[in-house]
Amino acid sequence: MSHPIQAAEFLQDQAKSKWHDETLWFVRDKRDKISKSVPEWENLRDLASQIKDNVLANLGVYLEEFEKNAKANNIHVHWAKDAEEHNEIVLGILKEKRCNAIVKSKSILTEECHLNPYLEKNGIEVVDTDLGERIVQFLNQAPSHIVLPAIHLKKRDISEIFHEKLHTEKGNEDPDYLTQAARIHLREKFLSAKVAITGVNFGVAETGEFVVCTNEGNADMGVHLADVHIACMGIEKIIPKRAHLGVFLRLLARSATGQSVTNYNSHFRSPSPGKEIHIVLVDNGRTAQLARPKFKNSLKCIRCGACMNTCPIYRRSGGFSYESTVPGPIGSILSPGIDLQKHSSLPFASTLCGSCTDVCPVKINIHEQLYEWRQEITKALPDRTKSLAMKIANGVFAVPFAYNLSGNMMRGALKILPDSITYSGLNTWGKQRDLPELPKESFKDWYKKNRK
Amino acid sequence: MSCRDLILSKIKAVPLEPKALPIIPEFEFEGDLKARFTASIQANKGEVISKEELLSLLDSGVFEKVYSHIEDFSSLTNIKITEDAHHLDNLNLAIIRGQFGVAENGAIWLEDQDMGLRALPFITEHLVIVLDSAHLVANMHQAYGRIGLKESGFGLFLAGPSKTADIEQSLVIGAHGAKSLRVVLV
Repeated sequence: MSHPIQAAEFLQDQAKSKWHDETLWFVRDKRDKISKSVPEWENLRDLASQIKDNVLANLGVYLEEFEKNAKANNIHVHWAKDAEEHNEIVLGILKEKRCNAIVKSKSILTEECHLNPYLEKNGIEVVDTDLGERIVQFLNQAPSHIVLPAIHLKKRDISEIFHEKLHTEKGNEDPDYLTQAARIHLREKFLSAKVAITGVNFGVAETGEFVVCTNEGNADMGVHLADVHIACMGIEKIIPKRAHLGVFLRLLARSATGQSVTNYNSHFRSPSPGKEIHIVLVDNGRTAQLARPKFKNSLKCIRCGACMNTCPIYRRSGGFSYESTVPGPIGSILSPGIDLQKHSSLPFASTLCGSCTDVCPVKINIHEQLYEWRQEITKALPDRTKSLAMKIANGVFAVPFAYNLSGNMMRGALKILPDSITYSGLNTWGKQRDLPELPKESFKDWYKKNRK
Repeated sequence: MSCRDLILSKIKAVPLEPKALPIIPEFEFEGDLKARFTASIQANKGEVISKEELLSLLDSGVFEKVYSHIEDFSSLTNIKITEDAHHLDNLNLAIIRGQFGVAENGAIWLEDQDMGLRALPFITEHLVIVLDSAHLVANMHQAYGRIGLKESGFGLFLAGPSKTADIEQSLVIGAHGAKSLRVVLV
């Protein structure tokens, strides 16, 4: 289904969609305030962008350096060309460890690879441990935002599902109470899991370490209690040096939620005695995106979600309307590279206002890439109705007589046509918008009369 | 061809112009490090307290099971620490020492030796970090400059208690990890 259809569905519940819009704008506002408190903010964005440019220009070199150093640190390094291989590698490790229940912290990559349904099909119990992710998992949903997974839900929805799954009091919607219930429930899962899976925020080539950032501490609760830690990392998450973490950690949380840093920033360099760390390096379309000169910069993304919080379309259409793992502006330039047909409506889900580009901490030219994807999509998948309309317009505009005549006809016709025709389904512009008041005459007629 | 070599060869096949790494300049920091650090910890929903305040808190007897990883308070330890972090599940209070703190965001750097067991600062119900007020740096660039390429199997910037806002953006402290963070500046 296309984005406009999904968006219309989201907008059915007006109160909820208004709350969604205002709440995300509030997060955007917090980001503005904290970024302005850092005098060198724009320098940091430039630095981050330049570091990522260097990463993309030397991706292979850094990956090999990372692999070498990680192996020297006793980390097992795996490579996966696509989602299927990634999932097989993870399952392989679980089978070897005779593990049938895992805890997992936030990882957009594993969402992209559809790891959860794959493991569940193979008899593994998967427990997402980020509170927002656990909530959407209970509801059999995907996260609707990459940083705020349950932002599409109200506390009433959460209270209901917790009553069903965790036997909390019916009707108790207190966030403290519900979070405590989740804490007790997940503590049990942490204490019993033998394998923990996490995502990766940054992999450092120089040291072979990787960094995971959370506020809840759920990634650490999982991995430090389990015997085996599997970290899943997209190959673009590599950075050259440890010192570069200084730049990215200053930008990430401030851009994401308007806080100065996440409360837990864990640097994994080698396993504790007797334990194992595995890292899976995943391509899954990233090398293909690297080969597209106009779109390769999308790989600089550090998944902060700032472009979603600021986007007037995302705020008013919700994450699910995009039907892609990463929604919002950045998702709309990443997803067409993976499946152009499926995601063809996404680059059009934008006003091209450029706000996404303005807030991006690594300075990805998101709105320009949205425009470029539109050109690619129109070439690859021509829209018949639109191209017919354009052909007619071309004929009319090319012939002065036809142009004059059609103008007079339209002014006449619109006066007498009933709204049911003027605002029929064909006039998508007229949905929730009125046509402007018609002038009595054309500019040409007016000019003839007034300037002899 | 192995999957590794396939990915690397695909990258190699892409013609890419060289891009130099930027030099990270020294950014100036104005103001008092201690005041800024304290404000940052408070913004992260932690607390900065004095040694006296800690002692009276410990005397109050609200913490049943206590473990101190630092010598100053080791007499307070009343549980046995084993190699298995699962036994820490009922721990009410852990006391550890931080290496240094970052004024701009309240982050405190910890390594394996500072925690003993990596799970300690997460699994404990409440956490106290003792920090020398002479060991404060202005920002994250200075912080990584100070860490350099030192090797620890695990390193952690901890900046506050466990928190979440996943239910209607209402801030709740104590999601999975420590329900409070108290930093004792000495």
